[in-house]
Amino acid sequence: MQELTTIEFLNYLNSNYSRYVKKAIFGFSNIDTPGICHIHSHLMGEFIELLVVDQKGNLAQLLDLFAVDYPFKKNRFEINYVFLSLKNIFRVIFKLTVLKDWSVFSLTKFYKSANWLEREIWDMFGVFFYDHPDLRRILTDYGFDGYPLRKDFPITGFKEVRYDDERKKIVLEPIRMTQEFRYFDFTTPWN
Amino acid sequence: MELMSLEFLVEHVGIFKKFKNFTLNFGPQHPAAHGVLRLILELTGETVFRAEPHIGLLHRGTEKLIEYKTYLQALPYFDRLDYVSMMCQEHAYSLAVESLLNCDIPYRAQVIRVMFSEITRILNHLMAVTTHAMDVGALTPFLWGFEEREKLMEFYERVSGARMHAAYIRPGGVAVDLPLGMLDDIYVFIAQFSYRLNEMEELLTENRIWKERLVDIGVVHQEEALNLGFSGVMVRGSGTCWDLRKVFPYDCYGSLDFYVPFGAHGDCYDRYLLRMEEMRQSLLIILQCLNIMPKGFIKVDDRKISPPARANMKFSMESLIHHFKLYSEGYNVPEGETYKAIEAPKGEFGVFIKSDGTNKPYRCRIKAPGFMHLQTLDFMSRDHLIADVVTIIGTQDIVFGEVDR
Repeated sequence: MQELTTIEFLNYLNSNYSRYVKKAIFGFSNIDTPGICHIHSHLMGEFIELLVVDQKGNLAQLLDLFAVDYPFKKNRFEINYVFLSLKNIFRVIFKLTVLKDWSVFSLTKFYKSANWLEREIWDMFGVFFYDHPDLRRILTDYGFDGYPLRKDFPITGFKEVRYDDERKKIVLEPIRMTQEFRYFDFTTPWN
Repeated sequence: MELMSLEFLVEHVGIFKKFKNFTLNFGPQHPAAHGVLRLILELTGETVFRAEPHIGLLHRGTEKLIEYKTYLQALPYFDRLDYVSMMCQEHAYSLAVESLLNCDIPYRAQVIRVMFSEITRILNHLMAVTTHAMDVGALTPFLWGFEEREKLMEFYERVSGARMHAAYIRPGGVAVDLPLGMLDDIYVFIAQFSYRLNEMEELLTENRIWKERLVDIGVVHQEEALNLGFSGVMVRGSGTCWDLRKVFPYDCYGSLDFYVPFGAHGDCYDRYLLRMEEMRQSLLIILQCLNIMPKGFIKVDDRKISPPARANMKFSMESLIHHFKLYSEGYNVPEGETYKAIEAPKGEFGVFIKSDGTNKPYRCRIKAPGFMHLQTLDFMSRDHLIADVVTIIGTQDIVFGEVDR
């Protein structure tokens, strides 16, 4: 039933796709903890195209696609692709890092599920996806400005929406807070 | 007269009849939209030419908020994502935090968790099937189903004090032990519930109108279902036998005995049948949990993770300090990242947590099954009638709390 294990698949990637793969490591010992594979970001599209044709891992599903923001690293955004192989029963996470104003190749051609996921990353982080059919904001309001999940975006936001009863319309104003957002830093000073 | 026919005019006179698609706004406040879905429907006649969902009207920035909360404070946000399958999401989050903390859960806690996950599955499927029936035009199952949901929410209330947003399953176990007599009452419930399911099936399964509205509507083939990122009932309806409770068993699912039903046609009717069957399987799992319910701890016996009992705090200084530290500062989670997924009633609900070693998650990503399903609404409803759009939204079991996050 199970043709190859996560480790075998990662070894296969390490040896056969060394041009694309920086490093493929097995996550932890649990069966459902995915293997992790770091990819050269500019070669991602090519790599997935080859992998889809190759059919070795049988990565049938792109389950999830999300970004993590590291504002102090040179390659600021880390994009994670969670793939699932139903035949071999494992998950693999492909990771790639991109610069702030860099674009990533869209996977919508190969996995239709990537469509909204890439739109969400564009919305939340401002990472551009090259060759995406319909890259618009998805979760935020119409006419929203900024990328809310970036670490430098304040949790309170910049604008607030309210209904103005005198003008009889919805207005967008800079936020006014009666109290600052209270953020306690619990990291111990004794180290 | 023949000369004036449309073909003649088009060919010889050069008159073209142009059809403009009619655009309909299936507004954000439509009762059949299961929440706040704005759907732009482009119609040719009564047939859907294109359906474009606009989501985000319930976006609350859960992922951002969690980055500013300690691990325990972040837990209640998971109740509020998919607000009809609350404990399943707590379960996913707890598993993720536990895998970072690297702690083992006492067996009793595992069984309680699984039992309540299955109660939650029944809660969700009751809601899904009956509101689906209501959208299609059958009101009675809704009234019957919600009476049963009421009883299930009473179980929630008895363990946690809250009927919906329980915050009961926590990293390290569950919040408090089951009250006395609880298991007996759950047994009484499951003994009668399969009859309620039979009654509901009598109304729906062979109902001519129900079948006419559901059979061969919203067909998704197996390959497409996988490529579109489906999970849960949606992928099983298309003929893939895939259940995370079986393939990646978490907690005590590995030792339980149950079947994974899957469909053959990939239409709405199959998915309805699957939900009914899954409820019966959930009953089976709950029954097994009642039978094997062991004695013992209900949370990890590690005072750095799980708070001490309230009574101890009155006598033990240590307990008081631990309590204070856990509820103000929280616990520090070792550096690392994890992706944990569970079989939520709607599909694969995954939680990715990146921890930087402090008491707050650096990044928490919530993989919501509904998001992937709603994305395919355009694909599924194309060339169907407007009324079928409602059926398809119903069969996808969309809840906007998790789609918009």
